[in-house]
Amino acid sequence: MKILTVRNIQKSFGKEPVLRGLSFDISQGEVLSVIGPSGSGKSTLLRCVTLLERIDAGFIAYGDLVMAKTDEASGKAVYSPAPALQQIRRRFGLVFQNFNLFPHFSVMRNITEAPIHVAGKSREEAEREARALLEKVGLGEKADSYPCELSGGQQQRVAIARALAMQPDILFFDEPTSALDPELTGEILKVIRNLAEEKMTMVIVTHEMAFARDVSDRVIFMDDGAIVEQGDPKQVIENPKSERTRAFLARFSNS
Amino acid sequence: MTWDDILNIVVRMAETSLTTLQLFFMTLIISLPLGLLMAAIRMSKIRPMSFLMRGFLLVMRGTPLMLQLVFFMYGVRLPFPRLHVAVVAFGLNYAAYFAEIYRGGIESIPSGQREAANVLGFSKRQTFFRIILPQVVRRILPPMGNEFMTLVKDTALARIIGVTEITSFAESMQSRHVTILPVVIAGIFYLVMNSVVSKCFAAAEKRLGYYSP
Ligand SMILES: Nc1ncnc2c1ncn2[C@@H]1O[C@H](COP(=O)(O)OP(=O)(O)OP(=O)(O)O)[C@@H](O)[C@H]1O
Ligand SMILES: [Mg+2]
Repeated sequence: MKILTVRNIQKSFGKEPVLRGLSFDISQGEVLSVIGPSGSGKSTLLRCVTLLERIDAGFIAYGDLVMAKTDEASGKAVYSPAPALQQIRRRFGLVFQNFNLFPHFSVMRNITEAPIHVAGKSREEAEREARALLEKVGLGEKADSYPCELSGGQQQRVAIARALAMQPDILFFDEPTSALDPELTGEILKVIRNLAEEKMTMVIVTHEMAFARDVSDRVIFMDDGAIVEQGDPKQVIENPKSERTRAFLARFSNS
Repeated sequence: MTWDDILNIVVRMAETSLTTLQLFFMTLIISLPLGLLMAAIRMSKIRPMSFLMRGFLLVMRGTPLMLQLVFFMYGVRLPFPRLHVAVVAFGLNYAAYFAEIYRGGIESIPSGQREAANVLGFSKRQTFFRIILPQVVRRILPPMGNEFMTLVKDTALARIIGVTEITSFAESMQSRHVTILPVVIAGIFYLVMNSVVSKCFAAAEKRLGYYSP
């Protein structure tokens, strides 16, 4: 079942076009990896879909709820009313490259604040769920720590737990391991692998090619604001059709 | 001067210091929230509002508080007691300084904090009061401490419009007894008040220091 539809989205910063008409779908339970060189617009794509950034033109829908579509007359994207967007946005989780935990809250409160004050759960329920999530990401002991007391890998796992606490339908990751020391990336990748096994729908921007190949159902290769190639991860990463994909991957082959 | 005279001056100065304290606290009650509002207008996306507020802040911060006091007393002719006229002038003046401190603090919070809150579904209001403001408060404590201490000393300016506070009282005692002693005693009063302010800020910084920045 298709849960996200993206059609021909365009986005510029000033005069600089960053997304030049991308289209793709995401199905329920699918894991999609997005790869591509720095500056190709991967983060911008995630930010547009998660409503942190607005598109100039194109169409985005969550299930059959339209988030934005191009107005015929003006050619510009028109967004749905704010309350509708707010409802849709709650179906999305986003994990940032640099975690963005709330430094003034304990780990527990980082995770429970939104369930309590946005989803309206009781504190007991939110804390019970938070403990289960912390167990799941291997941080059962850290509920009372503050983010500054944790390693980068631990912070990122808290950030994943925080996103999961809102029970998102799609979880987006923007280079979740890029800010980490190499020896800490494994713990994050393991958590994402487990989520994939539970059939969590995920979109992962990553530079970890082996990981993208093993975990995802589909890979998109982006360059210069456009999708150059997409398909089966083995095929795209091991046997790319496009010359640009091949050139990009060549830089990773010796690592 | 006898010991009795000195004791008498100390007691009456303690009484007068109540006026100083009133001015201090009433100014804070007005200017702390007002400064936040001014900062919000200053950072508003509505250009004309932000532009006007910039002008206002420039005037309030760029002209002497002493002139502002005279202006509100004899220019605007507010129908209040002198002390309250002083509170209005001080309140607006300090709000302008606080506004710039708040703004600096708010702008120093990484945009990722707002974005993370946004994706979790927090409303703008919740994001500001739950996520941003607590971090801002922690960051602006040191400059705020400076302003509070300056305010303690600035209260002396209220004598310009005829408010009897510590300094004006010390001056009148000095000319009556022809000794500098009342002025020294007044200095000690200010010093004690500012020690308390400084202690409070140190305690607040310690209390909010449970997480590193
Ligand atoms: N807020 C912004 N204002 C102006 N330009 C921006 C902004 N955000 C991104 N850009 C530009 O858009 C382009 C795409 O950036 P984006 O961050 O989406 O790339 P990316 O594929 O995520 O790169 P990386 O792998 O380095 O994270 C870059 O040229 C960048 O300079
Ligand atoms: Mg990026």
